[in-house]
Formats: sequence, structure tokens, C-alpha cells
Amino acid sequence: MNRLLPFFGFMLLVALFGFGIWWNTQHDPRDVPSPLINKPAPAFNLPRLDDPMQTVSKASLLGKPYLLNVFASWCVACAEEHPTLMADGSKLGILLLGYNYKDDPNDAKNWLREHGNPYGEVITDRSGRTAIDFGVYGAPESFLIDAKGVIRYKHIGPLTPEVIARKLLPAIAALKKEAP
Amino acid sequence: MIPELGQLALILALLLALAQGILPLIGAWRGNRALMAVARPAAAGQAVFVAMAFGILVWAFLHFDFSVQYVADNSNLELPWYYRIAAVWGAHEGSLLLWILILNVWTVALAAFSQKLPEVFASRVMAVMGLVAVGFLLFTLLTSDPFGRLLPMPANGADLNPVLQDPGMTFHPPVLYMGYVGFSVAFAFSIAGLLGGEMEQAWVRWARPWTNMAWGFLTLGIVAGSWWAYAELGWGGWWFWDPVENASFMPWLVGLALIHAQAVTEKRGSLRAWTILLSIFAFSLSLLGTFLVRSGVLTSVHAFASDPRRGVFILAFLTVVVGGSLLLYALRAPRVAGGKPFKVLSRETALLIGNLMFAVAAAMVLLGTLFPLIADALNLGKISVGPPYFGLLFPLLMLPVVLLMPFGPFLRWNKGDPAVLKQVLLRAGIAAVACAIVAAFFVKGQLKPIAGVATLVWLGVGVLLYAVKRWREVPAGRRYPAEMAGMLLAHLGMGVFVAGVLLTDSLSVTRDVRMAPGQTQHIGGYDFRFDGVQRTTGPNWRADQGVITVTRDGESVTVMKPQKRTYPRGQVQTESAVDAGFTRDLYVALGEPMDANNIEGAWSMRLYYKPFIRWIWGGGLLMMLGGFTAAADKRFRIKRAAASSPAEELVLQENNA
Repeated sequence: MNRLLPFFGFMLLVALFGFGIWWNTQHDPRDVPSPLINKPAPAFNLPRLDDPMQTVSKASLLGKPYLLNVFASWCVACAEEHPTLMADGSKLGILLLGYNYKDDPNDAKNWLREHGNPYGEVITDRSGRTAIDFGVYGAPESFLIDAKGVIRYKHIGPLTPEVIARKLLPAIAALKKEAP
Repeated sequence: MIPELGQLALILALLLALAQGILPLIGAWRGNRALMAVARPAAAGQAVFVAMAFGILVWAFLHFDFSVQYVADNSNLELPWYYRIAAVWGAHEGSLLLWILILNVWTVALAAFSQKLPEVFASRVMAVMGLVAVGFLLFTLLTSDPFGRLLPMPANGADLNPVLQDPGMTFHPPVLYMGYVGFSVAFAFSIAGLLGGEMEQAWVRWARPWTNMAWGFLTLGIVAGSWWAYAELGWGGWWFWDPVENASFMPWLVGLALIHAQAVTEKRGSLRAWTILLSIFAFSLSLLGTFLVRSGVLTSVHAFASDPRRGVFILAFLTVVVGGSLLLYALRAPRVAGGKPFKVLSRETALLIGNLMFAVAAAMVLLGTLFPLIADALNLGKISVGPPYFGLLFPLLMLPVVLLMPFGPFLRWNKGDPAVLKQVLLRAGIAAVACAIVAAFFVKGQLKPIAGVATLVWLGVGVLLYAVKRWREVPAGRRYPAEMAGMLLAHLGMGVFVAGVLLTDSLSVTRDVRMAPGQTQHIGGYDFRFDGVQRTTGPNWRADQGVITVTRDGESVTVMKPQKRTYPRGQVQTESAVDAGFTRDLYVALGEPMDANNIEGAWSMRLYYKPFIRWIWGGGLLMMLGGFTAAADKRFRIKRAAASSPAEELVLQENNA
């Protein structure tokens, strides 16, 4: 019997690995749950790209849900994401807020001129401090924030038509149901 | 057309591997010599076809054949030819092919050097190697075809991951695989032994040089990987307890235990079942490493693109190979504890303690590596186990090993002599304490570096005392047989390694600084003057290159040129500048410019002063050398099947003394 112990020990490992493979088919391993989901979004007050004298703050956006999309002109994956936003941005039915991350405002303006501007409003943060408050891993990243200023959904990496259809739109629909 | 030939070659290799794996087994069972004789020619044929497939993939890379998906994914027109060859094993499919090629190298070597083994035994060993090859060839053909076409053919390929575009990386995987795969030989010997029920000491002796070689290669592979991580990743560290690093470290630990257990079994006949179990574990952990890296079950910096189909295949393969071996072990392992009895104070006991510590350490690493997965299974949330866990437990487990090591050679088999041990304890102990006290003044009482110096002296004096004893007591020419010289080298290497780790760990200076041109930073007795950043270009990259002039007491030491490279696909890669030295490394990694539009202005950068870090790899190289030297011992050369000649008996007794 003792001699079978290594065998049984190994079978336990196999079970664990089998579980691991199954788990990975159910979850995206890159998906690190954000501790900020269902928590109030960090406060921010940032200048607008088109008019730096005016600012947009968390307080000024309360009352309506919006999608904060982190982008930058230097970000290759953002250029990949951009056509999706151009095509589907208007279908979201909420404000699409561009958060220009660690970027030169002139580069950002040129970039938007060249690729098109899907955003309802764009704010700039050259220092990237607000991104740190939001726990941004890298651009692009998107945060869905509800009317009370609470983060409800987060997506790391480029938004694709599939992600928008299967995850983002249902999340937005759920928000609309809550608030009349 | 040619890539299809590669695929065809792999299919033919698979058929030959099947012949090599099945026919000799039937032959050995039925006593049919014709079937047993299939083993060697089949192995040779398989090797030819695998080499052909590998050659074709290399050819496709050299000729920019982007119609092959794998080539298009991992190279482009700008990539220099030497990295195009290295790109062959730069991703999953090709590195799997490399693995198979190396398995064939070992098999062919085994076929060549096993001519004098008993026929039945040799054909079983060859058959096990063939079955392992069947598994890997099937894996390649079913889930990871390196010759898949990409139509229409793109004009240019993507790129080899810039992190891999480094000399250390061209060299690290092949050597590492030599080690991983090498354990398959000891494994094949054990399985052949179990199948035949022959638990003779003889086959353990035949297996020993193979284990030593494999372990030596694995050591070199790990050293190369560690050095690459240090030079290339820009974090200045040499070991991160990353799942993939652990995957190579576990077979290393078990291999180390196996080397010592084999010595006991061969010379005294004890620990037979344990030796068999360890050789199964060593190879299983090599396979497990492959599984962990390629199934995507664990997330890691090194992870290959994951594909659940691959994970399922390797898991099934693992279950068959390891589960089957362990079942065979349960059924056939020697029932009676064989071998000569030994007293508590004996070399057997010391080796057993060492063995136990290595095995427990390997289990500890396995638990730590798999813990995030266990946490997922028990729904404990995302947990990562890092240096705090390993860094605390591992040294604790190794402490008894280090304390016992100097006594090992002085201990006799069966019954040690307390008087001799007391002498060793006194001499090595006094030397270690004396040097520790001297060191304490230099490092102002910090515990870690003092412990490092003491360990080095403790182990070094132990080795020296034994070398002197042999010199005095044994006539010239027979003083240091290769096996013993290898042991002494490896033990000394352990001392150098531990000293390097402890000294580097505690005395390193790291500084994150912002430097404008002309500014100077003073670190570890050196002055680093920043002389600005220039643009420069290489074969397939552009870079911002910093110039840092290092002086010591006004005298020029070196000029360092760290780079921040941009590759054609926009990937950015830092290329740290390292000034290597026997007692210290200076290391500079370039960060970001303070103002993105003005690279001639101030930059953030990271400066390191790392004392004795080379000793870590130096110690590893000594251990490797020890493994290779011991493997070369004449005693391991197979004279005639089974029976040992009187001359050998003499040598045996002398080594026992």
C-alpha cells in the first residue's frame, strides 16, 4: 500500500492540473479583478484637450453614466482599438470620455484629427496621476462609471466589437434599468 | 514544398519511434533477439528524420520563408541571421522540435555507449526512450505543427520577441533542454530495471554518469538563464522564483538528490527503491515543467501562448508516463530493504539527510509554484507566492546540508570515526569563525555577509582538508579519481555560490536617480558621471544610448553605454550596461527622459553596485564542472556486462575508505 502513495499523490496533482485547464477556459488569466469595481471612482479634475482653461471633474459628471477610455497617441494598441470606438462609440448611448494618458496635447490632437474623434469629451493628464488612482495597467483600458460615480465595469486592453456586444452593452443596459 | 517535407520527416520519425518503443519490449519479453535488435537502427533512423525536420525549419528561417506561419510569426527581414537561427526555438512549436532533437541526441549517445550492456536490459532502455519520443512527436504533430502554412504569404514577418534577441537567450534553451531531457536516461534505466525485475547494483552504476551529465547541463542552463535575466531584464536581479524558473529548479534539486542516492545504491546497495523513485521524479518534474510553461495553467513572464488543447494533451501524456511509472514502481519495486546495514554515524546517514532536505525543498518549491492554482481551486482568490515564502523556507532547508557537507567525504561508509569528525569540526570551524570575525569589521556587523564568508570558509576548508588528506595518504596517480575530484569541485562550487548570494543580497546598492548631463552620482566607492544620451542604430533597432563615465578616486574605470532600444514593431527593450568584475559588478539601466521631446536633457536611470554577484554564477559553473568531471570517471565505463573485475573491486574499496 505504501508503495502506491507516490501514485496517489501524483493523481491529486493531475486532478489539480485538470481543474487548472478547465478554469482557464472559463476565465481570462490576464483578468485581474480590480479592487475598484463597485467602489466610488477616484476624484479627478482635469483640463479639456480642446480648451485647457476648462476642466472636467468627477463631480461635474455625476448624474449620468459614462465610459472612461484611457488612450494615448503613443499607444499602439489604442490605434488598434480606435476603429472599434469610431464605429460603435455612438451605439453605447452614454458619454464616451477620452482620458488622454501621459501624452503631449499636440500629439493627441493630431492623432485624433488623423484617426477621427469618437469621444464626447477628452480630458488630458500629462502626469498620469489620475491613472495611478484608477489603477490603470496600461493603455488602452476602459472604466464604466455609473450616475453615482461608482465604477461598475472595467476592461483591460483594446475594446473589440465582441467585448462591447457581450460585456459592455449588457453592463450599460443594467445601469439604465437601475436608474429611471 | 520543402516545409511539407519537414512534416513528412516528423511523421516518419514518429513511425520509427513507435517501432523503437514497442518491438524491443516485445523482444525482451519473448526473448526474441531479432526484435530486440530493432532498437538501435530505429533510434538512428528517427534521429536522422528529426534532424532533417529541424534542419528544414532552420532553412525556412534563413530563407525568410514567410509562407510558414511559425517563421512569419517569429522573424522578419531585418532580423540578423544568428537571431533567425535562435528564433527556431523562440516560441512554442520550434522549441518543442528542439526538445525532440535533443532527446534524439541523448538516445543516439545511449545507443552508442550501451553496446556492452546486457542485450535484454539495453533494449528495454532504448524502448523507454522510444516511447518518450512517441509522446513528444505526437504532441508536435497533433497540436503544435511548426510547418503550418500561412496563405497568402505576407511580404514580411512579425518579429522575434526582442527580449529573446540576446546571446544569452540563443544559448540558454538548448543547454537547459540538454539537462531536462538528459534525465530521461536515468528514467529509462529505472523503468527498464523495474520491467526486468533486475535490481542489480550494476545498472545503477551504468546510469550514474548519465545522471551527472544531465545535471551538469541543467546547472549550466539555469546559470545561463539567470545571467540572461540579470543582463537583459534590467531589474538587476538574478533569480525571481518565477513559475518557469521553479520549473527548472525542481528537477535540479531532485537530480542533485538522485546523484547522491545513486552513489549510495551503487556502492552499498542501500536506498534502491528511493533511487528508482527519485529518477522517476526527476524526469517527471522535467515533463511537469514543460506542462506548466506551455499549458498556460500558471501565468508567468515566460509563459508561451497558451492553448487549452495543448494543456490537455500534455496532461494526458504526463498521466500516462508518470502515472504508469509510479504504478509500475508500486508493483515491482524491491520489496526487501537490500544493501549493507549502516550505523547512525555513517556516510549513508549524512547522504540520506541531504537527500531528504533536497526532496523536501523540491516539494516546497512545487507547493509554492502551484499555490496560486490551489487557491483558485479552493476559491481563495488571486494569490501569488513570491520571494517572502521561498526566501524564508529555502535557506532554512539548506542550512543542515551546508553544515553537514564538510563531513561527508570524511565519513566512512557503514561507520564513521568520531575522532576524525571532531578534527574537521575544529579546523573548519575555527577557520570559519576567524574569517567571520574579520569580515564583521568590514561589513559593520551585518549578519548576511558574515554568514556568507563563514559558509565559504567552512565549505572551502572542508574541501581543502580532504584534498590534503588524500595527498598525504594515497600514492601519486590515484589520489583524485575523477569521481572524487568532481565531488570536491561541486562542493567548493556550493560554497562560492552561497557566499555570492549572501554577499550580493546584503551589500548591493541600488539607486533610482534623475541625472542631467554632467551630473555625478557616488555609489559604492565609484563616481558615475552622466555624459548625455545619443541616438544610435543596430541591425534591426534604433536606440537612445546613454554614456556614463565611471571613475574611482579620480582614476577612470570604464565607460558604460546603456541603451533603450526600439524594434521595428515598436517594442521597446532596455539594454543595460554591465561592467563585470571579480569582486563587483557595476550596472546601469536607462529609464525615461524627463522631457520626452528632449532626449539630450535629463533622464531617469537606475544605478547598481553589486558586489560578488559573479560568484553566484561562478559557483554554479563549478558545480557543473563537478558533475561533468565525475561523469568522466573510468569506473563508470562499462567493461563487461554485470560482473565486476577484481581490479574494480580494489578501486571500490579504496573509494570506500
